[in-house]
Amino acid sequence: MAMTRTIARTSEWLQPHRIVLIIVAAAIVLACAFLMRWDWLPAYLPLALQGIWRTIWLLVVTAALGITLAIPIGFAQAAGPAFLAVPARVFCTVIRGTPLLLQLWLLYYGLGSLFPQFPWIRESFLWPYLRQAWPYGVLALTLSYAGYEGEVMRGAFAGVPKGQLEAARAFGMRRWTAFRRIWLPQALRRALPTLAGETVLQLKATPLVATITMVDIYSVASRVRQETFVTYEPLLLLALVYMAITGVIVFAFRKIEARIPARLG
Amino acid sequence: MRTLTDIFLSASAAGLAELLAFDPPGWGGNLLRGLLASVGIACGSFGLGLLIGICGAYGKLYGSPMARDLFGLYTTIVRAVPELVLILLLYFAGTDLVNRLLTLLGYAPVDINGLIAGICVLGVVQGAYSTEVLRGAILAIPQGQIEAARAYGMSPILQLRRITLPAMAPYAIPGLANLWLIATKDTALLAVVGFNELTQTTRLAAGATKAYFTFFFAAGVLYLALTLVSNIIISRFERYSRRGMPSVMETR
Repeated sequence: MAMTRTIARTSEWLQPHRIVLIIVAAAIVLACAFLMRWDWLPAYLPLALQGIWRTIWLLVVTAALGITLAIPIGFAQAAGPAFLAVPARVFCTVIRGTPLLLQLWLLYYGLGSLFPQFPWIRESFLWPYLRQAWPYGVLALTLSYAGYEGEVMRGAFAGVPKGQLEAARAFGMRRWTAFRRIWLPQALRRALPTLAGETVLQLKATPLVATITMVDIYSVASRVRQETFVTYEPLLLLALVYMAITGVIVFAFRKIEARIPARLG
Repeated sequence: MRTLTDIFLSASAAGLAELLAFDPPGWGGNLLRGLLASVGIACGSFGLGLLIGICGAYGKLYGSPMARDLFGLYTTIVRAVPELVLILLLYFAGTDLVNRLLTLLGYAPVDINGLIAGICVLGVVQGAYSTEVLRGAILAIPQGQIEAARAYGMSPILQLRRITLPAMAPYAIPGLANLWLIATKDTALLAVVGFNELTQTTRLAAGATKAYFTFFFAAGVLYLALTLVSNIIISRFERYSRRGMPSVMETR
């Protein structure tokens, strides 16, 4: 029974035009493999793997830090007093209203040229880190994610039905308990489909850090292009790597979403 | 001991006015020209993206199975690969292809205008997103309206112009507004391939004067102003496209 269903689904998916498309795609892949230059690949493979690892690390760290920042920012806008809501809204507007590249350069070149003017910063234990590029990259990407997600979380917090919160109050939950057990989980559940898309956007923002000398997979590809004068092959491989990571993100979020009951109150 | 404004703006008020002055020792004129270039690219790429989006949405909804799959492939790939990588790929591959085609046809290779290349590249990226936005908007139109247009014997073009586009506008405008804001900010990515738009100009100015904070702040203010002005215009459009529809204000 299950077998026939699988076969039926396969034949539905594998229509004649799809077979043609698959053959064309296979031909293109083979042509790329044999007609293009890939001899540089073994020499740069360790560097590329390191670059992929750096990109994924950057994505995970900034997304995790960003969402931790976004929850209070969203909550302040949805239910906070004005003296918290207004700065949070201004923060979101500024972050969403200016290009990430500009924010990154403002932090890296601006702060980077500012810090050495203070002797006590140069003497502090943080100085060895502040002289490197990655803290600025992480900071810019985190703030950007927090700005976009703060807006998403605002909508999610505001969208939780009032009855749920009243029920929590009626159960005698304290405000913090009600927030932790009722408000936050339901808001996160609402935000989850949007978060998947936003995380893919965050992945697509990571190559910008290559412009401030961080070595992610994008800058490895640029280096290959500069050193070997091979123009297209590194870029094609780069596109493939990003598509694979996107696939993993989408798959992971789908798994998380499937674990959560779908019906919203 | 430096004062705070000195450190943050790397200049006193008089120095600031000098740095941002419109005439050549100051960089204000360059920044505004950069902003104009950015707005120009954003308009062009948004318009091109809208055209691609209308074709893509129609292809995905009413096209042959092959067209559907090809448009699906296009939107999936473009939305999964970073804009920066796409810009490099399309910028180099695109100009290379055009020149090879020209030499094949017996013409001399041309130097492709950076402005047009930028508009085309960002337009292709925008097209993928607007395909999805417009597809959703067309699906949101009550089916009866399109059927009625067919029953009146309207040609597909007339139907698109009179029924589909106006009827889907209120559903499409929020998504398209987002896309417009993304288009204005994506122009900054062209700085990486060396195109002289606002971000690149800012970087040059900052590098030349060493007043990094001043210039990046000034550019940020310009971008923000562009976003806020756009928001005002967009909400006008939205109100216009929603005329005659029931209000959707939430009552909480």
